Amino acid sequence: MSNDHNLTEALNANFSGLEIIKDNYDCLNITSSEHDVHGLIEFLLKDLGFAYLTDLTGAHYPNSENSEFQVIYHLHNLQKNHRIRVRVKLPKSNPQTRTITDLFVAANWMERETYDFFGIIFEGHPNMVRILNMDDMDYFPMRKEYALEDETRTDKSDRYFGR
Amino acid sequence: MSELSKLNKNLDLSSETIDGEIATLNLGPTHPATHGIFQNVLRVDGERILSAEQTVGYIHRAFEKLAERRPYNQITPITDRLNYCSSPINNIGWHMTVEKLIGVEMPKRVDYMRVIVMELARIADHLVCNSVIGVDTGALTGFTYMFQQREKIYDLFEEICGARLTTNVGRIGGFDRDFNPEFIQKLRVFLNEFPKKFGEFASLLERNRIFMDRTIGAGPISAQRALEYSFAGPNLRAAGVDYDVRAMNPYCSYQDFDFNIPVGNDGDTYDRFIVRQQEIRESLKIIHQALENLPEGAYHADIPSFYLPPKEEVYRSMEALIYHFKIVMGETPIPKGEVYFSVEGGNGELGYYLVSDGGRTPYRLHFRRPCFIYYQAYPEMIKGALLSDAILTMSSMNVIAGELDA
Repeated sequence: MSNDHNLTEALNANFSGLEIIKDNYDCLNITSSEHDVHGLIEFLLKDLGFAYLTDLTGAHYPNSENSEFQVIYHLHNLQKNHRIRVRVKLPKSNPQTRTITDLFVAANWMERETYDFFGIIFEGHPNMVRILNMDDMDYFPMRKEYALEDETRTDKSDRYFGR
Repeated sequence: MSELSKLNKNLDLSSETIDGEIATLNLGPTHPATHGIFQNVLRVDGERILSAEQTVGYIHRAFEKLAERRPYNQITPITDRLNYCSSPINNIGWHMTVEKLIGVEMPKRVDYMRVIVMELARIADHLVCNSVIGVDTGALTGFTYMFQQREKIYDLFEEICGARLTTNVGRIGGFDRDFNPEFIQKLRVFLNEFPKKFGEFASLLERNRIFMDRTIGAGPISAQRALEYSFAGPNLRAAGVDYDVRAMNPYCSYQDFDFNIPVGNDGDTYDRFIVRQQEIRESLKIIHQALENLPEGAYHADIPSFYLPPKEEVYRSMEALIYHFKIVMGETPIPKGEVYFSVEGGNGELGYYLVSDGGRTPYRLHFRRPCFIYYQAYPEMIKGALLSDAILTMSSMNVIAGELDA
């Protein structure tokens, strides 16, 4: 799609070190450093018309060193009907990135939800507290180290299923 | 001051002097006017709202965590419980997300069958929302009329899949069975009878002076602000933005159908009500077209490694037995990848962000729940409004607790 091509050129002209890959499902994936991500999203919003924040969420990849956490933004340019995915990788030691609530008000609760489940801190967020879980919970449940089921159970072990 | 001007002054609430005594009012979590478990901590001066703060999460059930332990076909029942007023849309959206991940095309018949089911669900969803707006303005009659019709839609769902509310309809790869003749017959009866009943409901409220006075200007939001808040669905369209996933990114052969996207102007309660009313009429149009042009053919795609074989086959054929076992145990190979797929749910863009690492369960699944995102705007929309308008605004936004809290 020429949309993707134009976008890639515009981004490469303004930012260095972006990793722009088109996935098998025809979606452009842009991976940015933590330093650039706020500027990148601001550029996408103000200059390229990606004015609709479809989704913001996190993910945990405990095996990828120094980039254990990801924040994934789905942005939509409603005029050109163009969707892209922006992602930023964060280290376990400091899972922190700048908030985008100054660009999109809608990011407020989405960032709180991401904090609530992954413990990713959004710097500059007006109200960085838990949202769906109870306030005195002392861990971040969507991290992979928290198994869903009782870990003492053996009847569901993968080895019984040849895995 | 004359008696008359005193009386007028009392009637004019907007210029009523504020006595400065600020009270805190807990609206909810269990309050009949909130239609679900929500809490709103309001700061009120008399009847006027100064600020509001929502507390959400009362029925959080950790769906995203649960989904990481469940094989793909066992996630469908979870999606039932998101927006439980229109479960079939959630189910089919999830099936289509997985189909996108594994890259299969559906036969036309499946698409049309899905469109019929989803549009019926949309009608049921909008009926609940609109009749409840009636209830909150003091008109219970329309509610009882429309709930009878909603029951008729649930009878139709029962005919398709055996369930009514949490439908778990269809499978990855199509439907578990074809539409039976009773369903087609019942659907035709419904399509004949519903417009008349719906017309009665519409004539009760749509041009009712009292209802209009009550709802016009209540809880408005501008198009600009609605976009900043990532509004979706009828609430966004009521504010004047014609974004509908069905039209912008047609899925399920929506491009084959002729329908309009109703758009409002002011984004207030009345516009939201009217947009939903019109959408019900458009949905009926779509169902008519889908039913008349329902193609012949298979009711499921030919993907034996994902779609359960018929039970008789399992007893007779080795191949079917193997597939049956593999599917039930979640042993089918699934490609690695990352997809985002969205459908137009009852409340707008319902998205599924799915990451697969090739294992039997999703590595990460995130639901884009339209309610959760647009409910943020509620304090802004009711600021300075009267308490009764705040309740009306909430019901017209159609905030569904199941979808809000996931």
